[in-house]
Amino acid sequence: MQKYSAWALLKEAFGGQQGWQSQWRRATPQPEYDAIIIGGGGHGLAAAYYLAAEHGITRTAVLEKSWIGGGSTGRNTTIVRSNYLFDESARLYNHALDLWQDLSQVLNYNVMYSPRGVMMLAHGVHDVQVLKRHIHANRCNGVTNEWLSPEEAKAFCPPLNIEPNIRYPVLGAALQRRGGTARHDAVAWGYARAADALGVDIIENCEVTGIRRDASGAVEAVETSRGLIRGRRIGVSAAGFSSVVIGLAGVRLPIESFPLQALVSEPVKPVMPCVVMSNSIHAYISQSDKGELVIGAGTDAYTSYTQRGALHVNSHTLSAICELFPALRRMRMLRNWAGTVDVTPDRSPIIGKTPVPGLYVNCGWGTGGFKATPGAGHLLAWTMAHDEPHPIVAPFNIERFRDGRLIDEAAAAAVAH
Amino acid sequence: MLIINCPYCGPRPELEFSYAGQAHVARPADPAATGDDEWTAYLYLRTNTRGVHAERWRHARGCARFFNALRDTTTDRFVATYRSGEAPPAIATEAAP
Repeated sequence: MQKYSAWALLKEAFGGQQGWQSQWRRATPQPEYDAIIIGGGGHGLAAAYYLAAEHGITRTAVLEKSWIGGGSTGRNTTIVRSNYLFDESARLYNHALDLWQDLSQVLNYNVMYSPRGVMMLAHGVHDVQVLKRHIHANRCNGVTNEWLSPEEAKAFCPPLNIEPNIRYPVLGAALQRRGGTARHDAVAWGYARAADALGVDIIENCEVTGIRRDASGAVEAVETSRGLIRGRRIGVSAAGFSSVVIGLAGVRLPIESFPLQALVSEPVKPVMPCVVMSNSIHAYISQSDKGELVIGAGTDAYTSYTQRGALHVNSHTLSAICELFPALRRMRMLRNWAGTVDVTPDRSPIIGKTPVPGLYVNCGWGTGGFKATPGAGHLLAWTMAHDEPHPIVAPFNIERFRDGRLIDEAAAAAVAH
Repeated sequence: MLIINCPYCGPRPELEFSYAGQAHVARPADPAATGDDEWTAYLYLRTNTRGVHAERWRHARGCARFFNALRDTTTDRFVATYRSGEAPPAIATEAAP
């Protein structure tokens, strides 16, 4: 792997920029691998990297039906935080947050992780109580989170409107200072480059059309648009398409796929110093380093695989943004898109083994999977290497729905959805 | 925004409707005699179809009645809508366009 450094930049500046190498090989599928990851998003690429880097399983392939990072990895609003309510969630999301801290150094790739603070607004008595409960629960679990008065919230984020005469006035906010943003594309590319350097084959334009099982029921191969590929350890990390892929092996998942929309404005000078979220009136906003305001809207009401949604969903979010940030009322929006998100009944992910031997799954991250990218990949790799769930993901099994052990972040209103 | 043909009122904009999930999911007749796996399937497992999907809608801001629809989840195009209690039109068995 060509190491990126200030010295390399300088050298290439004098060399006419002719010496930069491809970040990963254009691999052709081999007949057999020790591990196969289906889905070349951030989660799948991270899993492949950790399989090779931490478990020595370098004969690994990542199969991606289109281009890597082109699904939900390239479509989310890049927010990183870990202020979830329940103990299981706190461990899971904080594990990911810990990995974010030095990810750029580990991968030798600038993922632009920026812990600029995630501020969640309270607009009513219920919001205040819920957010304070979250703060206390988070602190018990070692997750940083603190309460701000409206004046303190405005000091932290000057464009915020804290006037008491708006329809949903700001009564306070919960601030996780360790939260922030990262560059989504760079996360996928950084993991791809690092995994490739360890021998992982990243195979794009390779759609999985079948999963073969042997007489004992265990997986033995995948049928793809580029031929049959054998492998007895298969991890599915296919986000919104998880039920379709896992369905190829005859397994049903408690998942429904919805469109989730986002939009960006024209780029402007720095105006939004942190991430601001309002679950109650459904507005999420931050500013990219390029200057665009990145705005997250809600899910459309119906299941869909179209990767597009309806305008009224965005209008709803924009009306909330305009009330909270009057200075932005004349901003022009540049682009709008949707991704397909895999939503579970309890809004917590499913990671671990499936009823089919050799088949592992990482799905159900719904509207909030980006923040977990390093952690989900790390824990899926551990689970695949040991053929048993990592202690952190053990509660996030499929059987919890049968056993009534839901991790109900939906009811706890911790999740922005 | 989708235009949805309410079988009672005719075509109306999506804003007048609420989505109510997969259609034709029957509650087990005798819950006490239903096993855990069957009950789990009833509560949580949905087809999440990529293709023509039978689903419930409610004309919440119109006649307020529930009805069923066939919609292609790869295009969001409605294939048919029909009243509650009716069987899905035969088109359901055809492949997605």
